[in-house]
Amino acid sequence: MLRFIVRRLLQAVLVLFIVSLLLFTWLRKLPGGPIDAILGERATPETRAALRKTLGLDQSIPVQYLHFLNNAIHGNFGTSTQVQTGTDALDLFFQRLPATVELSVLALILAVITAIPLGYFAAKRHGGFLDTGSVVLSLVGVAVPVFFLGFVLKYFFSIEWHMLPPAGRQNPDLDATRITNFYVLDGLLTREYDAAWDALKHLILPAITLASVPFAVIFRITRASVLEVLNEDYVRTAESKGLSERIIRGRHVLHNALLPVVTTIGLQVGALLTGAVLTETVFGYPGLGDALAQAFRQRDYAVLQVLILAAALGYILVNLLVDVAYAIIDPRIRTR
Amino acid sequence: MTAPSPAPATTDTLLSVRDLTVEFGTKGQTPFRAVDGVSFDVRPGQTVGLVGESGCGKSVTSLAIMGLLPKRGNKVAGSATFDGTDLLTLDDREMRDRRGRDVAMIFQDPLSSLNPVVSIGVQVAEVLQRHRGMKKSAAMAESRDLLDKVGIPDPSRRLKEYPHQLSGGMRQRALIAMALACKPRLLIADEPTTALDVTIQAQILNLLKELVVDSGTALIMITHDLGVVAGLCDEVNVLYGGRIVETAPRHELFASPRHPYTNGLLGSIPRLDGARNEQLAAIPGSVADNIPWTSGCAFAPRCSRAIDVCRAETPSLEQDSVAIEDHLLRCHNPWPTGGEA
Repeated sequence: MLRFIVRRLLQAVLVLFIVSLLLFTWLRKLPGGPIDAILGERATPETRAALRKTLGLDQSIPVQYLHFLNNAIHGNFGTSTQVQTGTDALDLFFQRLPATVELSVLALILAVITAIPLGYFAAKRHGGFLDTGSVVLSLVGVAVPVFFLGFVLKYFFSIEWHMLPPAGRQNPDLDATRITNFYVLDGLLTREYDAAWDALKHLILPAITLASVPFAVIFRITRASVLEVLNEDYVRTAESKGLSERIIRGRHVLHNALLPVVTTIGLQVGALLTGAVLTETVFGYPGLGDALAQAFRQRDYAVLQVLILAAALGYILVNLLVDVAYAIIDPRIRTR
Repeated sequence: MTAPSPAPATTDTLLSVRDLTVEFGTKGQTPFRAVDGVSFDVRPGQTVGLVGESGCGKSVTSLAIMGLLPKRGNKVAGSATFDGTDLLTLDDREMRDRRGRDVAMIFQDPLSSLNPVVSIGVQVAEVLQRHRGMKKSAAMAESRDLLDKVGIPDPSRRLKEYPHQLSGGMRQRALIAMALACKPRLLIADEPTTALDVTIQAQILNLLKELVVDSGTALIMITHDLGVVAGLCDEVNVLYGGRIVETAPRHELFASPRHPYTNGLLGSIPRLDGARNEQLAAIPGSVADNIPWTSGCAFAPRCSRAIDVCRAETPSLEQDSVAIEDHLLRCHNPWPTGGEA
């Protein structure tokens, strides 16, 4: 197991290297660039050349890349040119990280705790009302664009009915104490429960929006997987032993049915970042997705590079975790 | 004409199946009758065979008795009286209390019949915990003894292992251990040796004989293999197209098989004393080709002795006029006693 993890981590280094190479070249081949974004269209050629030199963009791409690689190995990923001008890109990443983690974790929890039970009962009552209804719901979940769902929720729950805040992470008037920068957690740790509650209220709509796609995907996989397992001989054996429904459901059906679901959840974590870009933009939520969208619009190379590399690393780590979890719940892998 | 049932169940009958009929079908379609008016008795300690080829309704019969047919899409009629209670009228909870405790079952494919992600020990112990209210540790200790009893070597180690780590024979032994954990009074074995190597088949049959038959547990043996029947069963029911076509005590059936289908089954057993290049007799066609029983004998299209009346009139199950013992037969034109098997 340890050898497996080490091997995967070495693979991760290689993947990151390739991603960085592609990303670096690709970004610099894009039309437009930081010079236009910073100086606007009417700057003189002299000012442009001067800025290009300051940013090191006058050198050839391979030279720039080696420079970047050398700095990156020493933990220096450059400075933000536009998103937060002058801030170290890595610092910016760590500033924004808690917001997105908080949002993604809540969205994932929402998706998992609704999709798995619903998937199970839909399969159990295959063809019934609940089954048909939830299959339609999950189709809506994947078919409706995330930003549209976000706008609709925001319109009704915030603007029309004033139930939940339309944007932001927390009401700044609360002047909440910061410890971890996970606002809900901070509120609980400092016993500023009103601050925690306010942060949670800000999270609800973005989290529902972000959860829609993972919910739909996890639901469909769970349903299909449970349907398959219910027809397995070993479920019939369990029934023939007269076991309680609770034991049959947990030990015999779900334990087997959730194996493919675990893999799906891992893959959905990658999709969450895509969703976060849209969701955070719609809800003006100051997380990584929001930063990424800004950085892309303004060609903030340093920030883009850090965020995308971090996304790739995060994806690799989550799926490594999934593989480890898989080995724990499936003895056929563990005891091979 | 209505099929006469065997003699009414006597007090020493453990299980009495009467006119069991199972129909499958989705709404709007003509239902398919998989089992049609099957009646038979099992006395305590007796071994009864249900014999027939694939699709004859033998497995559906056993699943119906166990209450294991899918709840939707089928209709079960008739009765299966076990120790005075009709199992078919019990609700889900009452049936759950009986399954695994009074009536247990083992299945054809031991690998797919075991949960791949749960250890053998837990799969045996959960029956004990469910029906005998044992604590986990006590149930595990008892499971170890059970594995030992069914002849699994090194049971303490096997207890912690998973199905994929066991051989086919050991898996079937483990399933037998689960089925016998609560000392049921009736065990239904659905083709328990079909998926196993020939040498292992004999071991498993011997184990069943030793643990079940010799200890007084009644056994319903479902098989297509008359060799299994010859070695184990007291009473044999031959099924075809969802109906019993011939019922007799084992010796009677082997000595004078009367139904052409039974004869066909016997004739298709390869013999060691046969000539080298002798063609193995096969019954032409398959059960799927059968015509419904409503307009004649379902076996008639495949039968070498079919006469006009076979295609026109459905034969009923009646006492064979020439037999001395109880011998029920559903045939217009049976083989003369002594047949040509």
